[in-house]
Amino acid sequence: MISLTNLSKSFGQHKVVDQASASFIKGEVTSIIGPNGAGKSTVLSMASRLLNKDSGSVIIDNQDVLDWDTKALAKKLAVLRQSNNLNMRFTVRELVAFGRYPYSQGKLTSNDNDVINKAIGYLDLTPIENNYLDQLSGGQRQLAFIAMVVAQDTEYVFLDEPLNNLDIKHSLQIMKNIKTLAHELGKAVVIVIHDINFASCYSDNIIALKKGKVVANGTVAEIINQATLSAIYDTDFDIHEINGKRICMYYGQ
Amino acid sequence: MSDSIKLTALAAITIVFTFLFIGIGLDASNYEYFLSRRVPKVLAMIIASIAIAQSSLVFQTITHNRILTPSIMGFDALYLLTQVLVVVIFGGFSVLLLNPFINFALSVAIMIGFSLLLFGFYFARNNGKGNVITLLLLGVIFGQLFDNVSSFFMMLVDPNDFLTIQSSMFASFNNVNQELVYFCIIPLFVVSALLFKLAPVLDVFWLDNDNAISLGVDTQRVTKQVLILVAVMISLSTALVGPVMFFGLLVANLTKEFFHTYRHHTLLIASSLMAMSMLLSGQWIIENIFSFSTTLSVVINFVGGLYFLSLLVRQKIQ
Repeated sequence: MISLTNLSKSFGQHKVVDQASASFIKGEVTSIIGPNGAGKSTVLSMASRLLNKDSGSVIIDNQDVLDWDTKALAKKLAVLRQSNNLNMRFTVRELVAFGRYPYSQGKLTSNDNDVINKAIGYLDLTPIENNYLDQLSGGQRQLAFIAMVVAQDTEYVFLDEPLNNLDIKHSLQIMKNIKTLAHELGKAVVIVIHDINFASCYSDNIIALKKGKVVANGTVAEIINQATLSAIYDTDFDIHEINGKRICMYYGQ
Repeated sequence: MSDSIKLTALAAITIVFTFLFIGIGLDASNYEYFLSRRVPKVLAMIIASIAIAQSSLVFQTITHNRILTPSIMGFDALYLLTQVLVVVIFGGFSVLLLNPFINFALSVAIMIGFSLLLFGFYFARNNGKGNVITLLLLGVIFGQLFDNVSSFFMMLVDPNDFLTIQSSMFASFNNVNQELVYFCIIPLFVVSALLFKLAPVLDVFWLDNDNAISLGVDTQRVTKQVLILVAVMISLSTALVGPVMFFGLLVANLTKEFFHTYRHHTLLIASSLMAMSMLLSGQWIIENIFSFSTTLSVVINFVGGLYFLSLLVRQKIQ
């Protein structure tokens, strides 16, 4: 389990995260939602040691994140941010192979290759695994990066806006993959997501941030209702139950 | 053409020109004298090539940038400043200037000291995830400062003293101290071996900083280690053959353009071979075909400078 307690972060005078607390449990999908600038990515970064916190604590498997050796932590926790630049031409396979770095430091074993093959297959990238990334669409590149995270084979997976640049079919595919990673493989998957309906249909827990504070934290049933969502987004929400899932209508008119 | 064919070709060029340098005109009566002059010269060029090539390559990797080189950190300028200040403070006949050993040791010590100071100042202030671009900006400013202070003092010194400084300003492959050359072999070997050891970690630096950290790489620590190794290598090459401004830029970029691999293990070898073949063939051509009517460093800076401009124009900054 990962517990965040009273995390705070300021950039200059601007308080971006204000006493945020949360828990991420294995076997569950947690979605972090909220308006732009609410501090969602910042919380994720602090929880995964990409960013130093100003105050508060992050405990991963009963050990403070500061006490974790970063190499060992890489085998427990993988994080993927919104924008991923590359400074070299890689094929899909070469990129996914980087996911095995915490285990083999570049010298791939046959076990590594198996894991890489599985990860590429999981994301349906096998037909293009030898294509260079700069020849692929933004969505396909995104899938390759997600495959890299899957190849890292960690118990905790943090994805920051994984559905960016993805079309409907691939967004659906990723959300289904995320659900399987959590429910069948027992991982704790935390995603920052803007599409509230995907969050509603595929997560177990939802955490809502607004202006740096956690304003809602609970199961989908507790959070996806008109009062809570309207307060979070300052928008009128209309919730409909379709096929057992709560679907949000906020398109106005 | 595969990478291994290219490596072999570069190695062949290097070997050919090495033999041309050392071998031509040798016979039983003169070989001692010729070898005593030629071998150190060729060795100096080889050492400098390896040092400049490898340091520029890894520097570009950790800064995620194709245009920056260690020269931008001000090391070339610091070397000159050291020479100028020695002359100003101790005079043109000081042992610090005239004894090559002491002069070299002093230059290396100061350059490493400066790099540690810069990194310490930077890392101490940015406890956590800092931005390498800030560090580079500091280096540029210091480089400019050293240049200006050097110019200032150069205008003040005695003309004779000025001549002694002037010889350090341009790389001179003709005038390398013999003992210094042999002394540099081991430090270069050690530093190069350390870089090869770091090669797998450096491969991860092709990814974003955040991706590298997620994969368990301590990017701050590796950056610092590499920057120190780079400082030592640039110290070695600059003290041996003087400042060589755009050469590192040329070699690092040409290597990455010609070779398809991303693995630093191969790139380190490739860049060294490319630098050696360029330097040896260039110097030989200038000596034997152009009869010293120009110097190699002028040609390098001319070509390198044009290449630098073309990189900027084509906006190959990332």
